[in-house]
Amino acid sequence: MLSKRIIPCLDVRNGKLTKGIKFKGNIDIGDPVEAAREYYEQGADEIVFYDITASSDGRDIMIDVVRRVAETIFIPFSVGGGIRTVQDMRQVILAGAEKISINSEAVQNPPLIAEGARAFGSQCIVLGMDVKTVTPSAKTPSGYEMVIHGGRKFTGIDALWWAKEAENLGVGEICLNSIDADGTQEGYEIELTQLISTNVRIPVIASGGAGKPEHLFDVLTRGRADAALIASMVHYRTYTIQDIKTYLDDRGVKMRMIW
Amino acid sequence: MIGIVDYKAGNLTSVARALRYLGKPCRISDDPEVLSQSSHIVFPGVGAAGEAMANLRQNGLDQWIPAWLEKGKPMLGICLGTQVIFEYSEENHTPCLGIVAGSVRRFPEDLQQDGLPLKIPHMGWNRVSFQKDHPVFQEIPDGAEFYFVHSYYPSPADDRRVVGWTDYGIPFCAAVALRNLVAVQFHPEKSGRPGLQILANFCSWGGSDAE
Repeated sequence: MLSKRIIPCLDVRNGKLTKGIKFKGNIDIGDPVEAAREYYEQGADEIVFYDITASSDGRDIMIDVVRRVAETIFIPFSVGGGIRTVQDMRQVILAGAEKISINSEAVQNPPLIAEGARAFGSQCIVLGMDVKTVTPSAKTPSGYEMVIHGGRKFTGIDALWWAKEAENLGVGEICLNSIDADGTQEGYEIELTQLISTNVRIPVIASGGAGKPEHLFDVLTRGRADAALIASMVHYRTYTIQDIKTYLDDRGVKMRMIW
Repeated sequence: MIGIVDYKAGNLTSVARALRYLGKPCRISDDPEVLSQSSHIVFPGVGAAGEAMANLRQNGLDQWIPAWLEKGKPMLGICLGTQVIFEYSEENHTPCLGIVAGSVRRFPEDLQQDGLPLKIPHMGWNRVSFQKDHPVFQEIPDGAEFYFVHSYYPSPADDRRVVGWTDYGIPFCAAVALRNLVAVQFHPEKSGRPGLQILANFCSWGGSDAE
């Protein structure tokens, strides 16, 4: 049986690690290559890098970070943020990333999913979804709406519809982020995660709201997630990844315990 | 020098990076003459079987690989590289190299575990139970897990070729060995320390499973 994956997420700006709370007031907390190595040693099953640099100089810095990470850790890792073309994807993959994560870019240009899947295989393409709870309407019957640009812009697109559409277009995996829960450390959005996970046949990574190991237990069991993204709880050293995995393993969630 | 076979099947640099990290000099090439100068050959790959076979034929690698193995020199297949050493793949009904008897089959759509449907591809970390002592799988701790990404799995005609089994709704062959050939369905270059151990073992293996 597959193990459930624990995936630390590193936000990177201008080559430095940051962690934002509700996407505001980011603060620098270190070197992403060093952090990746530490999480690899602690038993991370995969690592996600999210590049929040806007400038084109920043992209070159990020490619260099990816290259150095790939020489340091030997588990899969993905890179997202500002990837708009197949050429952007190719650059990141050749630098050593296993997967590419696309978010706003996919909402604005859905064919990018199919182009990426054709060029590199579905397993390379992760759809990042930023989702906000709304009152169900004709446009958003699931009661969850897609938001883009780091949660600032509503799109009128139903989150459940988009997840299925993206699966049809060839996405290999979904990283589902609840904007409502993100940064609160009060737990993942379980209902949302369960809804998406039971309606697609690709793996779903739950994101947003992790503060305690119990939260991961809930989302990996009731929420039916295949993997859980974590940030603050490990970035601020409240827990190590090993602490979290031991907690889950003790409660019968299948974990990779030897690394 | 470790030769890495380039047949345009995905990104081969991750295998090269892992070997370099282990201090093993390596070279990626699609040229049989260059590859022939190697001590060991790694045959990796991600992608579709049909395209892979076409690319192998284009450079004469479909002839060169069996000839390399004939010489008794060690080869390690990884993922798609493992699949194409069989006789046939269900993926696009592709005739393959036929070095190991058997075929490559697609996971059934209705796989279940505890009443829940299993997702395809089989992607993530899973255990491999290694069946017998083989030099390439020494010092792998019990319960170690490896990183898999695939929708098709190897199914050797003779179970005695299987050196590692994995369970994903059904038991399937995750590692196969035949004389100087070892082939794995998972990605040792992406499987942390146990994966690196397999690569290191392979690099110091002379090619005989009696060693």
